[in-house]
Amino acid sequence: MPQKTHHINILEHELVPKHEKLTPQEAVQLLKQLGIKPAQLPWITIDDPVVKALKAKPGDIIRIIRKSPTAGESIAYRYVVVDTLQPKKRGV
Amino acid sequence: MPGKGRITSIKFGILSPDEIRKMSVTAIITNEVYDNDGMPIDGGPMDRRLGAIEPREVCPVCGNTRDSCPGHFGHIELAKPVIHVSFAKHIHMYLRTTCRVCGRLKISEEERKKYMELLKNLDELGLKYLKKRVHEYIRRKAAAQTKCPHCGAKQYKIRLEKPYTFYEEREEGVRRLNPAEVRKRLEKIPNEDVRLLGGDPNEARPEWMVLTVLPVPPRAVRPSILLETGIRSEDDLTHKLVDIIRSNNRLRELLDTGAPNAIIEEEWNLLQYHVTTYFDNQAPGIAVAKHRSGKVLKGITQRLKGKEGRFRGNLSGKRVDFSARTVISPDPNLSINEVGVPIDIARILTVPERVTPWNVDELRRLVINGPEKWPGANYVIKPDGRKINLKYVDRKALAETLAPGYIVERHLKDGDIVLFNRQPSLHRISIMAHVVRVLPYKTFRLNLLVCPPYNADFDGDEMNLHVPQGEEARAEARLLMLVEKHILTPRYGGPIIGGLQDYISGAFLLTNKSTLLTREDVIELLGVAGYEGEFPEPAILKPGSYWTGKQLISLFLPKDFNYKRLAKIGSAAALRCIDEDCPHDSLVVVKKGEFLIGVLDKASIGHEAPESLIHWLVKEYGEDTARLFMDYVYKMFLRFSEKYGFTMGYTHLLLPRKAREKVKEIILEKKNEVYELIEKYKRGELEPRPGRTLEETLEDEIIDLLSKKLLDAVAEAITPYFNLTNPVIIMARTGARGNPVNLTQMAAILGQQTIRGKRISRGYHNRTLPHFKPGDLGPEARGFIAHGFVEGLNPIEMFFHAAAGREGLTDTAVRTSQSGYMQRRLINALQDLRVEYDGTVRLPTGEIVQFRYGEDGVDPMKSDHGEAVKIDRVIEKVIGWRI
Repeated sequence: MPQKTHHINILEHELVPKHEKLTPQEAVQLLKQLGIKPAQLPWITIDDPVVKALKAKPGDIIRIIRKSPTAGESIAYRYVVVDTLQPKKRGV
Repeated sequence: MPGKGRITSIKFGILSPDEIRKMSVTAIITNEVYDNDGMPIDGGPMDRRLGAIEPREVCPVCGNTRDSCPGHFGHIELAKPVIHVSFAKHIHMYLRTTCRVCGRLKISEEERKKYMELLKNLDELGLKYLKKRVHEYIRRKAAAQTKCPHCGAKQYKIRLEKPYTFYEEREEGVRRLNPAEVRKRLEKIPNEDVRLLGGDPNEARPEWMVLTVLPVPPRAVRPSILLETGIRSEDDLTHKLVDIIRSNNRLRELLDTGAPNAIIEEEWNLLQYHVTTYFDNQAPGIAVAKHRSGKVLKGITQRLKGKEGRFRGNLSGKRVDFSARTVISPDPNLSINEVGVPIDIARILTVPERVTPWNVDELRRLVINGPEKWPGANYVIKPDGRKINLKYVDRKALAETLAPGYIVERHLKDGDIVLFNRQPSLHRISIMAHVVRVLPYKTFRLNLLVCPPYNADFDGDEMNLHVPQGEEARAEARLLMLVEKHILTPRYGGPIIGGLQDYISGAFLLTNKSTLLTREDVIELLGVAGYEGEFPEPAILKPGSYWTGKQLISLFLPKDFNYKRLAKIGSAAALRCIDEDCPHDSLVVVKKGEFLIGVLDKASIGHEAPESLIHWLVKEYGEDTARLFMDYVYKMFLRFSEKYGFTMGYTHLLLPRKAREKVKEIILEKKNEVYELIEKYKRGELEPRPGRTLEETLEDEIIDLLSKKLLDAVAEAITPYFNLTNPVIIMARTGARGNPVNLTQMAAILGQQTIRGKRISRGYHNRTLPHFKPGDLGPEARGFIAHGFVEGLNPIEMFFHAAAGREGLTDTAVRTSQSGYMQRRLINALQDLRVEYDGTVRLPTGEIVQFRYGEDGVDPMKSDHGEAVKIDRVIEKVIGWRI
């Protein structure tokens, strides 16, 4: 089996919508605007390849900018969490 | 704001043996229910202390009669512990995750601390879902351990054999764990460890899942019924309790006398079986308990579960008053907003009307009429809240006393608002508000145009009707649920209410170029449409005065309405119009409210025809205008259809001899091609298609030849003999009913019949019917029908047609049940979502599901097929009269 020789940056793939990490200021502003606690955002697991590529940590908020056939561009947010269901090397 | 009497949360737990004994009024010790006099035996399953259920019986515990006695529990002391089936899975989890010797969670001390800390933090943050996942993680990790980290004892795999038997898989062999052993292990688990595994030791200690005491429900839960013969018949639960007590007593006796283990074991198993079926008589892996008659007993689980269970049947679904149900039938003379209510029903359904100085005279009249004579009233409610049935009082005297403050429950009358519903109520337009019209006869009447939203027809359909009783409910119904508010479907914003069948062919005939109307015709048509206004000038003066149908439509169109669209008949290439100068008249143009050219058909006035004339009427001039258009103009279509004498018969499908011969020729040609293919296959010269076997290739090619290619060729050959003067073609082309394929099938040939997309090949060994040689692959032997309905089918063809028809029938039957269940799950999953004022979609708890409803925030009902704004239409609307 040939080993993986080079890494590609999945964030640059055309099928991956634009993801970006919010700065703490942006995050606070977003939560204030929506009037919610971070956990009330949809979640994304830390094991998600995009989260890994962004080097985001649990507690970060990620903005996803997608192309939408109806709205042109749609913006969504994800709250990075630890997925406890998948046992990993060093516990939780 | 948690105030008095306000529920903030509900917590479920398991009854501990102590609690069961504490709430019990008596131990149930004997399986005998009644003594010789038919009185309940104390200490039996129908002990009087379990609550009063007979009339005038006084409860010895609380002193109440049966109306106010809440019922009291008893209990049975089990001689040996028994597994509660419903908890078998949980017990299995506890056994797997804890040490078999010391009972502690099989996770090292540091890790335990870490998890405890983590759970505490999650608790503070209120992250319930994450907590659940941590518990699951801990369980998996602990279950994987083969050695106890605390005492070092070796751990074995524990297997649960459904429904309630546990085995330990040791090296020396598999050993069964009896309930007593199971309970002993569960008892050893420390409270802290229970918490780590997701349990709550205060409300549900694991060992409580193994029963040592069984609660006996009050008599009211399992009442006995007195049969006409005077014989008492006990409830299933009572029967089961008797079985349990009998078995329990026997087991205790065996234990006391020191019987051999094997016998004890056997009786113990029997007790376990009875207790299990008492709780759930459909537990997998055990025989269902039956009556002597063979009737299956109902366990507690069966009372709660499923469509007719306590939850879905009695709590979420209730029966209501002020409702009616009967067969529906059509009445094109009603407004689409109306519903015809039979007078017999109007005499039973009532509306509460408060007496005021302004309606007192009218209400007096109604009270005097009473319940028998419509319009009357059935009840009068006095200011002190007493309800008087008008059947049994002096109505004249009562009418005199009527004064403001009284409420009269008067009969349903014209103009009342009611809710009308047809099941399955799949979308909101399955329930709409209608205005009552009280009519003779016994069916609900509705306008044909509202059939599509209800998906109703008149082959025996029944519908339900509900009368809102409150002022607020009536206002909401009228403002939000009225039929005209739902002409546009919330699915995509197009009109779901609109012309169908006769309306469409009638509209086509009326607006057809060749239709010329005399003065009398115009008067009649405008008469049914209720036209009040100036009589239009004739379009033709010589040789006589004639009017066109288009003129009549123009009279009802708003004077600034512009509309341009290809008619449905223009979708066939032969009749398509590119611009306004066109002989086919298939381009509909309305400029400044003047209907200039084109014909009306499904594309303009039909239901589910987006961007149509009525669609723009609704959107631009309001529901009310559109409704009036449907109520009045659509009636002209029907009337013209009747005047014209629109009909279709056998003769309209006959082909000239030349055409018939041509069709036969085509069929023969294709058949020969099939024979050639078969020959080729038999000679082994056929090349298999990629990924298919030789046989499959042959089948594919034959089907290709006999269905698509053949039908196309035949359709091409016969179309010259049919034109728009033929009613069958009118119906097919205008979208009223049928399609060109149906036409070919009737006039010429049905073609290849298929089952599961393949030629028919089932039946006898290697042949479909005994009329064929085994292995015959020819067209006729495999369901090819070379005749149309006009010619008639031969018996063999008729058989194949029935076989293929049956498949369609079963498919629809299966599909409806499947999609019904899918719908149920979908609705259950989505019912709590809501669009907040900021445009986000959220759960009641505030969790965000979408950041903008549907990504674009567009309400589909107010959109044009999902688009927020259709710019072309805006242009057309403004300057359409110039282009």
